[in-house]
Amino acid sequence: MANVPDNLHYSKDHEWVRVDGDTAVIGITDHAQEQLGDVVYVELPKPGEEFAAHDSFGSVESVKAVSEIFTPISGKVVEVNQSLADEPEKVNKDPYGEGWMIKTKMGKPGEVDSLLTAAEYEDFTKAESE
Amino acid sequence: MTAPALELRKTSLNNVHRAMGGRMVEFGGWDMPVQYPAGTMTEHLRTRTHAGLFDVSHMGEIDVRGADAIPFVNRLVSNDATKLIDGQAQYSALTTPEGTVIDDLLVYRLASDHLLLIVNAGTTDKDWDWINSHYQNENVELRNVSAEYCQIALQGPDAISILQKLTDVPLAEIKYYYFRDTQVDGVASIVSRTGYTGEDGFEVYAAPDKAEQLWKKILDAGNFGSDEGVLPCGLAARNTLRLEAGMCLYGHEIDENTTLLEANLGWITKLNKGDFIGRDALAKQKEAGIRRKLIGFEVTDRGIARDGQDVFLNGQRGGSVTSGSPAPFLKKNIGMAYVPVESANVGQRIEIDVRGKLVGAEIVPLPFYKRAK
Repeated sequence: MANVPDNLHYSKDHEWVRVDGDTAVIGITDHAQEQLGDVVYVELPKPGEEFAAHDSFGSVESVKAVSEIFTPISGKVVEVNQSLADEPEKVNKDPYGEGWMIKTKMGKPGEVDSLLTAAEYEDFTKAESE
Repeated sequence: MTAPALELRKTSLNNVHRAMGGRMVEFGGWDMPVQYPAGTMTEHLRTRTHAGLFDVSHMGEIDVRGADAIPFVNRLVSNDATKLIDGQAQYSALTTPEGTVIDDLLVYRLASDHLLLIVNAGTTDKDWDWINSHYQNENVELRNVSAEYCQIALQGPDAISILQKLTDVPLAEIKYYYFRDTQVDGVASIVSRTGYTGEDGFEVYAAPDKAEQLWKKILDAGNFGSDEGVLPCGLAARNTLRLEAGMCLYGHEIDENTTLLEANLGWITKLNKGDFIGRDALAKQKEAGIRRKLIGFEVTDRGIARDGQDVFLNGQRGGSVTSGSPAPFLKKNIGMAYVPVESANVGQRIEIDVRGKLVGAEIVPLPFYKRAK
């Protein structure tokens, strides 16, 4: 069973958001990394780039396929996880911790309220697989 | 009312794959495992360092019997089937009159009047129709016996020691591209020293209702579950292994639009053996010289080249990627592509259009990987 931590917000595209003051940390969920298989490459934006909610901010590649990643919230990228360039497998091994992808300064802090809770995300993934 | 979903074909190991946590996908009309819980990278590496086990029962088998078996087949394939002895196999191709590829296959000689052709899963029906359509009253009987065989491949440096636990025949005596009719765990089997990974290993053919027994016994003999034990491997690892080994995949490096000479398969094209379908076209092409050639490349910038992407030479589109993927053992991103023959030189810099971005690569020798002897 995929891990779905309580303290995070989730999107239907299988990204998670952790709020830290006015900064948001974003990555892909345990369910997403399980579906992808071994992650071999992650394409991330540069600090300073701005995105609206639901924009694609990069891509994650497994051996067989490429998937785009979407930011659930709007904001300006302040930091990017450079270690994923050499260790993309962190996304598989620790998707909520060392596998974090970008940190953004939130454009509209209230946006996270329209995201899914852990329970809602869990129900969503269950329904998707039926 | 919606149309019913097309039923996928299943090998006799389908339930076993599911029970072992295999992630199932469609391939050539079959429901097959693309990977197991260990993941593609681990499956690939374990095969190179110890052993991997593959269900390849979806492949097809065509039985050819009769006094004219060898001359009949020899007229349809590019390699010289008259050179085989009993117990020997050869890599070959069914060709069109243009010298392009209907399918690549293995031809096994069981006896002077008995050949077994091993063909690809997605092309079995096409090959069967093609072969039958060229029957001209020779003294041969053709049977599509695909449903009568399962096929399990055990590949890797530990393959011989693992399989030896289950058979009396001294496996080290079976030379590469030779086979024996024998027993594995008491099950009547053809054991062939062949494979699609670039490693030492065997392909075992037996009755489909024995597949589960063989699969489980081989996993057990190979210490599945231990860190250095055999792992079951899915289609994704099968692909990365054969790509690292520089082997062709039908529908990618070879198809009905590519000739054997363009695909570096001149070594299985025996123009002097006598007539075969496509012989004249290939002889003409050999004389005139090929215009494009299959090459191997290594991506030198950041990024992964993928099947079907355009290849650029000096800013101009000049070819396309036939297979592109990470190479787990070599820790590089590699691929094969067709390029104009003038540019088909080791060291040549090329660029691949990776989803709108030009990524630099370099032509390297094939195969990318060759196992230590």
